[in-house]
Amino acid sequence: MARYITIDNTSPAVPLAEIPDEHYGAVYDDLADRLAQERYHMAHYFAREEGDRLRFYAILLDDSSRKIMITSFAMGYHDEGPLPSLTALRPAMHPFERDITERYGVRFDAMPWDKPLRLPFDRRDRRASVGNYPFYTIEGDSLHEVNVGPIHAGIIEPGAFRFICNGETVLHLEIALGYQHRGLERQFTAADNRLRQAVLAETAAGDTAAANATAFAEAVEKLAGHTPPEGLVRERAAALELERMAMHIADTGALSMDVGYQLGQVACEALRTMTINTTQAWCGNRFAKGLIRPFGTNKPLTAEKTDMIRRNVAEIVRRYDEVRHDIKSSPTLLARYEQCGVVPRSEMLRIGGVGMAARASGVERDIRTSHPSGIFSRQIAHESIVKRHGDVMARLMMRCREVLQSAGYIDRILASHRPDTSAPRPDYVRPLAPDALAVGLVEAWRGELCHVAVTNAAGRIADYRIKDPSIHNWLALALAVRGEGISDFPICNKSFNLSYCGHDL
Amino acid sequence: MLIKTLLNTLLMAAVAIAIPGVINRLRARMAGRKGAPFFQHLRDARLLAAKGSVYSDTTTLLFRVAPAVYLGAAAVALLFIPVADLEPLISFEGDIICFAYTLALARAALVLAAMDTGSSFEGMGASREALYGALVEPALMIGFATLAMFCGYTSFAEIFAVKQSFDLHLTLVMLLAAYLFLRITFVEAGRMPVEDPRTHLELTMIHEVMCLDYSGIDMLMIRLGGWLKTAAFAMIAADAAATVTCFRWWFATPLAILLTGVSVAVVESTQARNKLSRNTTFMVTLSALAALIFFIGYLLQLDINI
Repeated sequence: MARYITIDNTSPAVPLAEIPDEHYGAVYDDLADRLAQERYHMAHYFAREEGDRLRFYAILLDDSSRKIMITSFAMGYHDEGPLPSLTALRPAMHPFERDITERYGVRFDAMPWDKPLRLPFDRRDRRASVGNYPFYTIEGDSLHEVNVGPIHAGIIEPGAFRFICNGETVLHLEIALGYQHRGLERQFTAADNRLRQAVLAETAAGDTAAANATAFAEAVEKLAGHTPPEGLVRERAAALELERMAMHIADTGALSMDVGYQLGQVACEALRTMTINTTQAWCGNRFAKGLIRPFGTNKPLTAEKTDMIRRNVAEIVRRYDEVRHDIKSSPTLLARYEQCGVVPRSEMLRIGGVGMAARASGVERDIRTSHPSGIFSRQIAHESIVKRHGDVMARLMMRCREVLQSAGYIDRILASHRPDTSAPRPDYVRPLAPDALAVGLVEAWRGELCHVAVTNAAGRIADYRIKDPSIHNWLALALAVRGEGISDFPICNKSFNLSYCGHDL
Repeated sequence: MLIKTLLNTLLMAAVAIAIPGVINRLRARMAGRKGAPFFQHLRDARLLAAKGSVYSDTTTLLFRVAPAVYLGAAAVALLFIPVADLEPLISFEGDIICFAYTLALARAALVLAAMDTGSSFEGMGASREALYGALVEPALMIGFATLAMFCGYTSFAEIFAVKQSFDLHLTLVMLLAAYLFLRITFVEAGRMPVEDPRTHLELTMIHEVMCLDYSGIDMLMIRLGGWLKTAAFAMIAADAAATVTCFRWWFATPLAILLTGVSVAVVESTQARNKLSRNTTFMVTLSALAALIFFIGYLLQLDINI
């Protein structure tokens, strides 16, 4: 058994000295054992340089007891000896181990899928590049390869998809990302400017700006030992749920478009515009950039804005519900969505899927339920929506239901919101706890978003790590299209709508 | 005589130009949008004509010739079709067969050109186009056979030469045949539910993906060929309906435009497109429908009481 320090999602930062220092063997055995159980999953597993040591941190989530368990182990920075790979036993660990190998050259013994993850500029092996990505190949006269991307039609981000097909049927899909890598995590430590860091956090994934900003604010506030006041928590929750609504509605429209259902497409496009315009009317930016800042806000909700948001949300939900009804009662749409791109529950568990996609496959992973913070630890007891089928339809209906649920939350949050004339302003200079680690854990619209901030002895952020939910779910997409017709890949892809830049950072 | 032929050809060209306009206008209206002007597709065509063409190094002469073959074949096919009581430019015994295989030549030219590019997308499109071309052929031939059986001729000009005297049996079969040809128009024109012409997703395309490497005047020829082909099928459907209702050119022309334009726009606005594997079922169903119409027609011709 490995020792852990146990906290929850509302606890302040953990001093590094209190994080147990284990041996890899103990951590390996313990994690292999725990990750086999459904109640545990890994929030983040990363390594950082500490002097001449490379220290690994494992942040394990226990969904049933709401605990966050943190442990660590270290190896010599220049040690070349291989570590036994956890991925070989628990495939959910694969993005983490790939990342560590890529950054620090740590070798994992028997790692089954040892490939570059995002090809960062400071990777250990400079010979690896987007030009020589080791795609999986199968020999066979009846098989053919189809390469899609990295530049795609339309306006989506770059990513290479390599299909191995037998006629129209996909046997295997490999997804190579990294084209969007910007060195984001390194940027956090480039200057000790809290405003700059907050803006960086927002840009981790443009469609998840509110969630990323919330995770950053929570991590920083935990480092300062600060509990945000009620009014601020409400506003953040409202912004986050608005973002969830907007993206789910946009995806409903995109899924309609990809099967050529024009009415659904145009209706959802209009509603999505209404939703993001509501955010704009609140804070001046349609994607809520600039709205969420540590310790306070520049855009406090006034009584008029509260009314405006509640009115708009009610109207959006009324019209969206009609679209939802039309989709559910249209046989041509059901024929496209049902039993397409199925990811069974067992597979989703094995690969460590998170968020909305996991819930559509019957895996209840939802930070709002399992590790509530903010409004969900105070006023609202969130109940996750869970579907069983794991197909495109399940993911679509998941979105429909969550839009209605989020709208209900916004209404509840704002109904009891008392506009606070003395709302605190953001504070970019408040001192942070030295030598501490804080976790910002937020359920973004795609799923669990985890920001980890580690400070040095001077109380500056020395390392910042972001885990976007997409990093787990890209593999789910690859599994979903196996055995499907290649022409159904676009709707499978849209049903996940994963982030490229969130993955590539 | 000459006037009739000239008018026939001009009307067919008008139908070819009007159908995309009707579809685009109506679809925009149904989506609650203002939409592009009626003749926007002609402006796009002019734009394409003014542009240069780009050719990949891997392509051969085949690739450059194919658009001309496609447009030429579609234009020739169009000239077989009479507009109700008018006369087509080309007509001979058995031209219904020639019509079908002229269009098959057009398809074959594009399929080969697509293979010529060596692109995996285009290869996929070519394979799909060839499959669906083969699947829709029985429906087309049985449909033509039904017409030939009822009228005793194997030329469009003679089949649609005179208005049929009113006969309930004949009316029934002709209207069913018109419906069949309308469905075939959907397939041949690459419209929903078979294919989504608006999509940007190469993996789901059939006809469109074969033309990805074309630009400028080549693209224009393929576009024009598509319009002409659609017009030819739309007019066959309209003729079949008109021959038992009002067999005059001023009735058949708007009927061809509206029948195809409105039905395509309505289907494209309100339905999802087929799953690709379902297209096969869709087309086999068309053949089954054609066979059913043929046998109903055959039994009715025997004049047994059913």
